[in-house]
Amino acid sequence: MAGSRGRGRSQFSFSVDALGFGRGDCLPSSAHTPSPLYPPMQFRPVPLHTGEEVDYMLALKQELRASSKNLPFHIKAARTKTDVARYSDKYQNGETKNNCIEWSPDWSRMPKELCIKVRKPRKTGERNSIIIITNTLEKREEEQHSEEEEDEEKKKQNEEEPDADEDYDEEELEDTDYIMSYFDNGEDFGADSEDNMDEAVY
Amino acid sequence: MTTQEVRLCGLLLQEHFGNVVEKVGTHLIRSGVLTLRALAHETKLPLDLVKKSLCVLVQHGMCTFGAGRRGPAGPVEYRINCEHVFHMLRYPRYIYTAKSLYGDTGELIVEEILQRGHMTMSSTVKTVADRLTHNMPEGQSMDYSEVVSVFSQLVETHFLQRCPPLASAGSSSSGAVDTPLPVATQPTEPESHPDCYKLPYINLTGQGKRRRSSEDGEADQCCGDDDGIYWQVNFQRFHLHFRDQAIISAVSCKLDQSSSEIVRTMLRMSEVTTPAHAAFTQALSANEIFRALLSSYNIARPILDQYLSLLVDDPMEFVGKTGDSGGGMYVVNLHRALANLARATLESVVQERFGSRSARIFRLLLRKRHLEQKQVEDFAMIPAKEAKDMLYKLLSENLVQLQEIPKTPDYAPSRTFYLYTVNQLPTARLLLQHCYKTVGNLIERRLYETKENKRLLEKSQRIEAILASLQATGAEAAQLTEVEEMITVPERQQLESLRHHINKLDSSENQVDETIFLLKSYINSTQASL
Repeated sequence: MAGSRGRGRSQFSFSVDALGFGRGDCLPSSAHTPSPLYPPMQFRPVPLHTGEEVDYMLALKQELRASSKNLPFHIKAARTKTDVARYSDKYQNGETKNNCIEWSPDWSRMPKELCIKVRKPRKTGERNSIIIITNTLEKREEEQHSEEEEDEEKKKQNEEEPDADEDYDEEELEDTDYIMSYFDNGEDFGADSEDNMDEAVY
Repeated sequence: MTTQEVRLCGLLLQEHFGNVVEKVGTHLIRSGVLTLRALAHETKLPLDLVKKSLCVLVQHGMCTFGAGRRGPAGPVEYRINCEHVFHMLRYPRYIYTAKSLYGDTGELIVEEILQRGHMTMSSTVKTVADRLTHNMPEGQSMDYSEVVSVFSQLVETHFLQRCPPLASAGSSSSGAVDTPLPVATQPTEPESHPDCYKLPYINLTGQGKRRRSSEDGEADQCCGDDDGIYWQVNFQRFHLHFRDQAIISAVSCKLDQSSSEIVRTMLRMSEVTTPAHAAFTQALSANEIFRALLSSYNIARPILDQYLSLLVDDPMEFVGKTGDSGGGMYVVNLHRALANLARATLESVVQERFGSRSARIFRLLLRKRHLEQKQVEDFAMIPAKEAKDMLYKLLSENLVQLQEIPKTPDYAPSRTFYLYTVNQLPTARLLLQHCYKTVGNLIERRLYETKENKRLLEKSQRIEAILASLQATGAEAAQLTEVEEMITVPERQQLESLRHHINKLDSSENQVDETIFLLKSYINSTQASL
């Protein structure tokens, strides 16, 4: 039930006072568009806190952010092969692989289904080869000693083993499919020419 | 979870753990509870990446898992604990608090444990000793025993706690599961474990090693005697500490330094006896307070009594009197103090955004509860037109609500009272959501600024690396200046202004986080008392 319509058009059903504005007052314009993305501010904001404490926490925050990028918890998806598989991919170390996790969590605290292979961090290639070289040198020393002491039969057997070991070690040295002894790196090239200067060298 | 909270969680996860974890985490928050297969299927990520992300999240305590809807025989279900993700915003504050209480050693211990989620005591001690030794001058090294003593202090004051043992994680032991509910079982509260704060008996002797640059970069994971006992940061204890700090600083602002020292003493005495969600501390007698006051404050007994009565009479109601025995029994009203602090925050926000006269109206409505428009104009002593304008503005921002009281059942406008009112709790929740949105905006702006100037930042990093290597090999000053000049002067200015902007944005994040903490504590305190 709307209020009783009084006589005359200008009488409304509610008292004008309750509305808060009188007749003829201009009302604020209605909104035609959504409010602007960056509305102008009426008052400037208060300046930030300053002080030693604030500066220290700021530095801490930036340090934490930088160091968290280097932790193993920062997970990057492995790069998918975009085009042809390149030979150099084999030698790019440190590439993350999807199926390895870079840190070793305590698996007893995790559900079994999350168990994933832990990747031992690979030491740099130089250190690897240095260790292998020292290992092979030690092995060859030992083998020489054992060759001198033992019989010929054992000598033959030992010769086979070091040969096999040598081949294996040489392969491992350069981590390629080629046996390094087959590769001639040209160091012997100029050595013979000192004897015979008459013949042309091709 | 509201939109703003999900957005903020995503941004925080991305900042710390990368895009993959962000994708997994955001999807899990939106879906609530999911199994591993469902998660992998819906995010369309390879299963291994999802496994790695979940490992990271579980390690940091942000994701919990339990037997799913099909009971222990079914697949494991995971859910994210959003509150824990928001704590990442507050890491600098935790670390700074540890530093102020326990020095550099405490700071490094808390920093290590925060960054790694949870650690054993032996690995923490070794890592921290190594880091401290690294910073010490040549020839000195940090002894393990000092680090162990600081660690035990942190545990005694409950800042560090043991990680709770798992109730049931798809493993065979189901004896610890209390209820056979089909939903994912809640992990046991750390405090319910009786050994929560017990240090393991391990023998840690040694000194920190100075790491040479040629040595392996990875920390070696040797097994200590305390394998399986992991320690995590007790966030609740830190929050109680922050709450106490807020109350003390409020008292010192409102009254004076001596009264804040008295309140500090009272809070310190009731630290261990008051449970976490208590509305007020244990009652302390004036005699006890006097004995516990440090002599450096120089407060005589009658002065103490005067201060206490002043505190009790103060309208902020920080301290209340509960009895007369022992010279008067006094308590600190924790929940009321939090409510008053939240109210002060709301009033300050209105004042800074809309002006002091709108703030006057807001305070009036908070005090008088319900007022008609005419009464607002009269009490606030503001001309009608302006009062109406301000009220409608506050109404449109949802800071003020309208309550209709009808005289007749038909709600006719001429026969209805329209009363303006402010409800503190819903307004605090609204402001909290605004804060989350603010922090999200700040982070996005910082990422945008960094992305815009990425080329310049990379160039400056390269040049710094070149300079560092040149200096290490002992180059002349001419070479160094030549390298430095590779960055032109306008580029240098641009870098400087970029650094200034990013510092400002980071600082703002820290400051908004203080407001978030206050509002969240207030909201939690109202829920606890229900």
